[in-house]
Amino acid sequence: MGVLVDETTRVLVQGITGKEGSFHARGCMAYGTNVVAGVTPGKGGTMFDDKVPVFNSVEEAVAETQANMSLIFVPPPFAPDAILESADAGIPLIACITEGVPVQDMVKVYRYIENKPTRLIGPNCPGLINPGAKCKIGIMPGAIHLPGRVGVLSRSGTLTYEAVGQLTTLNLGQSSCVGIGGDPIIGTNFVDVLRLFDADPDTDAVVMIGEIGGTMEQDAAAFIKAEFSKPVAALVVGASAPPGKRMGHAGAIITGESATAEYKIAALTDAGAWVIPTPADIGTTAQEMLRSKSLLT
Amino acid sequence: MNIHEFQAKEVFSRYGIPVPRGIVATTPEEAKAATAELGGQSVVKAQIHAGGRGKSGGVKLVRSPEEASEVAQTMLGTNLVTPQTGPEGAPVEKLLIEELADIKQELYVALTIDRGHRGPALLVSTQGGMDIEEVAANNPEDIHTEPVDPLSGLMPFQTRRLVRKLGLDQAVASEAAKVLSALYRVFVENDCTLVEINPLIITGEGHVVALDAKINLDDDSMFRHADLLAYRDVSQEDPLEAQASDLDIAYVNLDGDVGCLVNGAGLAMATLDVTNAAGAAPANFLDVGGGATPEKVSSAVKIILSDPKVKRVLINIFGGILRCDIAGEGIVMAYKETGSTVPLVVRMLGTNVAEGKEILGASGLPVVFADTLTDASNAIKQIKV
Repeated sequence: MGVLVDETTRVLVQGITGKEGSFHARGCMAYGTNVVAGVTPGKGGTMFDDKVPVFNSVEEAVAETQANMSLIFVPPPFAPDAILESADAGIPLIACITEGVPVQDMVKVYRYIENKPTRLIGPNCPGLINPGAKCKIGIMPGAIHLPGRVGVLSRSGTLTYEAVGQLTTLNLGQSSCVGIGGDPIIGTNFVDVLRLFDADPDTDAVVMIGEIGGTMEQDAAAFIKAEFSKPVAALVVGASAPPGKRMGHAGAIITGESATAEYKIAALTDAGAWVIPTPADIGTTAQEMLRSKSLLT
Repeated sequence: MNIHEFQAKEVFSRYGIPVPRGIVATTPEEAKAATAELGGQSVVKAQIHAGGRGKSGGVKLVRSPEEASEVAQTMLGTNLVTPQTGPEGAPVEKLLIEELADIKQELYVALTIDRGHRGPALLVSTQGGMDIEEVAANNPEDIHTEPVDPLSGLMPFQTRRLVRKLGLDQAVASEAAKVLSALYRVFVENDCTLVEINPLIITGEGHVVALDAKINLDDDSMFRHADLLAYRDVSQEDPLEAQASDLDIAYVNLDGDVGCLVNGAGLAMATLDVTNAAGAAPANFLDVGGGATPEKVSSAVKIILSDPKVKRVLINIFGGILRCDIAGEGIVMAYKETGSTVPLVVRMLGTNVAEGKEILGASGLPVVFADTLTDASNAIKQIKV
C-alpha cells in the first residue's frame, strides 16, 4: 500500500528531454518506477533512451499510454501551463518539482485544479516515494530509503532525505515519503497527506517535518488533535531565522508571531505530537515513539 | 524584492492612484529647491527599504526651504535606524520631498497573498497611520478583509462592500473604490507579494490620496519584469546578501561566528538550529542549491570566508543532485584561492561521498569530518574561537 503512488502508477514526465528531466527520469526508472511516457512539445515521435515514447502533448500521451500520473520538470515560466495541461487531460496526480514559480501564477493554478479530480503535489518539492512498491517519483536519492511502516511528510527536500537517512540508519523503514514543497501556495498540504496516512493500513506512524512561515503546522496540529488516529513525531525548523527574511524557500519567512517555530511547536505539543527537539533527533524520537506505542518489536 | 516609496508612488501614478506632489532629492541643495518649488513648506522623507521611519526621525515637516536644506543635511549620508532595520540601520541616500497634505482622515489599505484561502486578499481599516500589527492584535474588528478570486479578479461589489465598511461619504466612497480597483491592478500586473498604503488619506476637500506607498515584488516573477528590476537599490541590501543573490545563492546574514554552507533550504535551516542547540551561533544561512558546479560552491565558500565574523565553518551536504565530489572540489578551490586557514567541519552524505572526502582529505585544509548532524555540531563546538 502506502499513499498516492504504488506499482500501478504509470508516470508521464513533462520536460523529459531537458537536463533535469532526463537525469531524474533515468533515476526514477533505475529505482523501478514505471515511466510510460514523456512530453516535450515539438519532440513528439522520438524515443527517450530507446525506452520511453515522447509525445507533443499530455493528451496524446495519456491516450496512447494510459499514464495516470505526471511528474513535471519544466522551467518556472512554463510550469503553470504544464500543470494545467495535465489537469485538463484528466491526470489524477501531478508532482511539480519546479522551483521558482511566481506566486500569482500558483494562485490561479490552484483555483483551476481545485474543483477538478486532480491532486497537485508541490511545486518546489522533491516528489514522493513508496519504497515497498519500488516506486520513486521525484528527485530524492532512492538508495537511502527502506521499505517499512513510517510515513514521512515534509515541506523540504534535503531535510526529508536527512529524516529518511536517520530513520533507515535505525532500521525504521518508510511506507511512503511525501515532500509537499517549500512555496507559500502549494497544491497539497500537511492535513491532506495526514488524512491519506490515517487511511493507509500499512502506515503505523508519521514523521512530519515543518518549518517557519504560514500556519500549515497549526492546521496539522488541529487535525492531529481532533481526528488523526496514529502517533506523529514532528519537527519544526527555522527557530534561528530572523523575521522578514526569506530562508531559501519562498514560503519560509516569518511574517508574524504565528509563523514562528516556537508558535508552531507549541501547537504541535498541545496536539499531543512527539516533538523532535533538534534536527539531529529525528530518528531517535521516532524510535522512542514507536517503542512506547508498542509498534516496534 | 523591496522598492522605495518614491518608486512605488511612480507605479501608483501610472495606475491613476493619486499621490502627493513630490520631488526626489539627493543633496541639501536639491531638498531646498524642491521645497521652494512646492510652495516653501514640505515633508522630508528618508528613502530606505524599511518601515517605522516616522517614529525614528526619518520623516520631518519643514516650514522653509532653508529648514529643508538643514534637515536634508542631517539625514543624507547617515544610517537610519528604525524598529524594522536592525541595529546598524539602513543608509539614507535619497529623500522624497513632498507637499504638505491636508489630512482629514487616515485609512489603511493593503493587498497580499493570503495563504489561508490561497489567493489575494484586500485589507482595509479605519485605523490608518497606525502600526497594523498592533491594530490586528488589539482591535481585529477594525480590519476588514475581502478574499479575491484570482480568476475573476477584484469585483466592483467587493470594493463597494469595503468602502461601506469604512463608513465613507458617497462622494469619497466612489473615489476610494476607484483607488482599490487600481491598487488591485498594481498588485496583479506587477507580481507584487505586498502592496500597502498606510495611510491612505481623505483630504479636507474630500479627495483620496496615497500618503505612503509600499510595494514588495515577487523575486520569482522577475523574468517577466525587466522594467521593475531597474528599481533594485543594492545600497539597501546587506553587501554579502546582494553578492550571493547575484550568484543565485540563497544567503541571509546572521550574528554568530559559524559560517554555514548547506544544500537545500530546509536542511540549511535545520543546520542552523542544530548549531544553535550545540551552543554555537551561526554567522549565516546559505543554501547553495541543487545543481551547483564546483565554481558555484567555491563562490559560496568565498562569500562565507569574506565575512569577518566567521571563525569556523560548517559544511553540510546531503548529496543527491549535488554530488559530494563537486562540493569537495569547490571547497578546496575557495580555500586555495583565498589562502584561508579558518577551520572547517564537513559533514557529507550520499552521492560520491568517498570521492568528496578524499579530495578534501588530500587538500591539506584544516578539515574535520563528521558523519551525523550530532557529530558535526559537536565538532564545531570543539573548535576554540
